[in-house]
Amino acid sequence: MAYSEKVIDHYENPRNVGSLDAKDAAVGTGLVGAPACGDVMKLQIKVNDEGIIEDAKFKTFGCGSAIASSSLVTEWIKGKSLDEAGEIKNTTIAQHLSLPPVKIHCSMLAEDAIRAAIRDYKEKHPRA
Amino acid sequence: MIKRPIYLDYQATTPCDPRVLKMMLPYFTEEFGNPHSRSHAYGWKAEEAVDKAREQVAAILCADPREVIFTSGATEANNLAVKGVAHFYKDKKNHIITCSTEHKCVLDSCRHLEQEGFKVTYLPVKSNGIIDLDDLHKAITDQTVIVSIMAVNNEIGVIQPLAEIGKICRDAGVFFHTDAAQAVGKIPLDVNAMNIDLLSLSGHKLYGPKGVGALYVRRKPRVRLQALINGGGQERGMRSGSLSTPLCVGLGEACALAQTEMTAESARLKALSARFYKAIQDSLEEVYLNGDAEQRIPGNLNISFAHVEGEGLMMGIKELALSSGSACTSASLEPSYVLRALGVEVEMAHTSLRIGFGRFTTEEDVDTAAEMIIKEVNRLRDMSPLWEMSRQGIDIKSIQWAEH
Repeated sequence: MAYSEKVIDHYENPRNVGSLDAKDAAVGTGLVGAPACGDVMKLQIKVNDEGIIEDAKFKTFGCGSAIASSSLVTEWIKGKSLDEAGEIKNTTIAQHLSLPPVKIHCSMLAEDAIRAAIRDYKEKHPRA
Repeated sequence: MIKRPIYLDYQATTPCDPRVLKMMLPYFTEEFGNPHSRSHAYGWKAEEAVDKAREQVAAILCADPREVIFTSGATEANNLAVKGVAHFYKDKKNHIITCSTEHKCVLDSCRHLEQEGFKVTYLPVKSNGIIDLDDLHKAITDQTVIVSIMAVNNEIGVIQPLAEIGKICRDAGVFFHTDAAQAVGKIPLDVNAMNIDLLSLSGHKLYGPKGVGALYVRRKPRVRLQALINGGGQERGMRSGSLSTPLCVGLGEACALAQTEMTAESARLKALSARFYKAIQDSLEEVYLNGDAEQRIPGNLNISFAHVEGEGLMMGIKELALSSGSACTSASLEPSYVLRALGVEVEMAHTSLRIGFGRFTTEEDVDTAAEMIIKEVNRLRDMSPLWEMSRQGIDIKSIQWAEH
């Protein structure tokens, strides 16, 4: 299968790989996917007092498209408010990376990961 | 020219040996006769070449040349063996035994026979990939017509106990067919000593040309089968159609070379595999060999690299041509059914690579491959949430995953 240049770039030079302290009140963690399905994404956001995502990190077990999707969204959500980040759609991710139909689930997983991270953060801050 | 990847997929196909090609070439041009033309010298020359090839194929199996039927490949040979025997004896018996890790062409032939009303038993395999002979014993009934068990598995390289299976089948009066596409030229085979009644082989898996194979069909005690392809009655009526002289010549020569070189080549490949596996084990934790460590062909390693997804890994080792047991390489999301049959967890099946060494693999290739794989596995583990959890002592199975 031929990968798009953007997928290859993110796979070879992934942005924002790593972990934030999941116990930190400012950090929201999303863990989505399943090992049995061949892909797992962990996406973490660090939100400042103004409600803006000031940092994002990911770790992904999966194919090149899954790694690229998660790397890409960490770039996109930085600097965004939680509401803005929550609006990122898998179709936009898939389109940007030129994912073939069999890899659309990778972009859906990345969308799920953002939402899961936001949800986790909001659970820590019920009034935010 | 851009440097091509190092070829490590010898179970998928092999290059045609230049010595084989050289023998084939005259039969495309000057010696173009139809081997079935009996009335002139063109035909006689072609027939002579086909006869020699048939002897060469028979020799590597310790068979009689009259027992060799040329086909288009192992898929056709397997279809012919399983369906041909089932159909011929259908008025007397209706039960077939095979195993869950067979090649798709055997499994799919069996599925078709099931739709026609035949009963099929799919034997499980043990965690080392080998069938339990007791299971085979118990599965045989007075309705069983044929047992089809592969000689060597194409994914994990394990060798089934052919002689033991052959004895059980002979004692029970049941035909024994073996798909030996991955075995011929790699392990010694003797259809008489092993009580094999039918045996399939393929040209392109043993450094011969693509598009040719053969089915060995025993004469004494006689095995009869119904042809899949009807026509002029060539190949003792079991496979009509004019033979391709160059392809038959190529298959024969490939068998002859493999037979001569097998002992030395096996030792060389065994050393290369051991060298590779040691390099991997010395540098990486949590790598697991799939399939029996001893009962396997020397040129195959199937390894799971825990917490690194196979397709993702292959993308990072573009300079190596190999394949993965991960689902992502195919349109389906299910990982290798062979690994699953061994009881390998789905998540581990996703992390496997099949590494095949062969006639043109050098020590340098092996060292380069090991180095690249180690580097990439380490890079991807640093990026893997599962690896991180496992390092923190979190049991991945304890997490409630949302399967999608």
